[in-house]
Amino acid sequence: MKRVVITGAGTINALGHNVPSTLEAMREGRCGIGKLEMRDVERLAVQIGAQVRGFETEGLFNRQQLALYDRFTQFTLVAAREALAQSGLDFSGELAAKSGVVLGNSGGGMQTLDENYRSVYEEGKNRVHPFVVPKLMNNAAASHVSMEFNLKGPSFTVASACASSNHAMAQAFQMVRTGMSPVMVTGGTESMLCFGGVKAWEGLRVMSKDACRPFSANRNGMVQGEGAGVFVFEEYEHAKARGAEVLAEVSGFAMSSDAADIVMPSKQGAARAIAGALQDAGLNGEDVGYINAHGTGTTANDKTECSAVADVFGPHADRLMMSSTKSMHGHLIGGTGAVELLACIMAVRDGVVAPTIGYEDPDPECAMDVVPNEAREADVRVALSNAFAFGGLNAVLALRRA
Amino acid sequence: MSVTDKVIEIIAEQAVLEPSDVTLESTLEDLGIDSMGLVESIFSIEEAFDISVPFNANEPTQGDFDISSVASIIAGIEKLIAEQG
Repeated sequence: MKRVVITGAGTINALGHNVPSTLEAMREGRCGIGKLEMRDVERLAVQIGAQVRGFETEGLFNRQQLALYDRFTQFTLVAAREALAQSGLDFSGELAAKSGVVLGNSGGGMQTLDENYRSVYEEGKNRVHPFVVPKLMNNAAASHVSMEFNLKGPSFTVASACASSNHAMAQAFQMVRTGMSPVMVTGGTESMLCFGGVKAWEGLRVMSKDACRPFSANRNGMVQGEGAGVFVFEEYEHAKARGAEVLAEVSGFAMSSDAADIVMPSKQGAARAIAGALQDAGLNGEDVGYINAHGTGTTANDKTECSAVADVFGPHADRLMMSSTKSMHGHLIGGTGAVELLACIMAVRDGVVAPTIGYEDPDPECAMDVVPNEAREADVRVALSNAFAFGGLNAVLALRRA
Repeated sequence: MSVTDKVIEIIAEQAVLEPSDVTLESTLEDLGIDSMGLVESIFSIEEAFDISVPFNANEPTQGDFDISSVASIIAGIEKLIAEQG
């Protein structure tokens, strides 16, 4: 088995348009959630979200590209450019032939869907732009990354709702670890903050109308976000031979299925994924200093997640830190695990643990150190990233200090 | 059809029971309606009466809409119809 390290990271999300600004926002506990700006927002019952603001495509993409790129693809390319630039890799020959892109995504080109449904159903038009299909397909972002960077190996998109990114990164990790690919570009992306995307979530009655307050007794639901996170996963010897800067080591993962309920989380399913990731990474519970929680801010998730962590870690659950950065960047659905991995990298590399902001009242059912409201300096050697999706599909990654 | 009869019809359909099996004193738990069933019932109620019911599944006991029994649900709907109708 090969060792796998991260040699590049990129992002765009409500906290920042790149990794340094995002990590700075996490350190400062800034909130990216605000009043939604979109067409027909007044017809929504939920009018807040963590939108990417001030995003100008001019200078980033040309006219032909823009005709083909939904917002989720644009986000992905911005993040991929940052990650690949940091890695310093150029892909040609055998490296290109074996290296690929695996991205998580849930909704595909939701902006494109929304606009074109409006056009044909609401406005009664009988013609749509010729590129609707290649814009909205879920794999469009992965394909455009492969084209821009000449990645000709295994490339596809993974959809497992809120665990999509973690499943994708787990898959990429496997490919590098087994020696199948020397480098994999991976992460996730989502752009669901359009009228139809928010309206659909609204229907489920689990969204907060005011704030995302994970683990707080007065939490009242999740808040959607948008954006992308992209990483370069590289085989350790390959990275070492070229003197690449290593951000962190990916040391293990596990996946599980609750096989129980389409929306309600399961403590057992979550615990099996967490324990499985420790086992896969060859770690003891005591090694873990930080967990980036799934922490959606719903009643059900947060108490189930804390209970699962308590089951897996026993007394160590009272010593480790677990925060939900969704309180700041919102829930990026299929892209969320990728942006959250940044908080894990910050913990093991910089020794800074991102806070759970908006924390107001302790909940006895979430009796953990959730790093309330202020980031903390801590010596964290190992961090876990949890993702527990609707559909009961769970994926947990373990990162270790490089 | 009265508001009471319509609500009982909606709840009975959700619970896969005959309307005669649903009484005003019944609780959702008695009827075997879980949180997802409740969310779906509220959707049907909103559609039937063209009202908007303030309900967040994260805090079912918060707010004005009392879901503790069929009677309390009917009372809440009648109030919303009066306010929003």
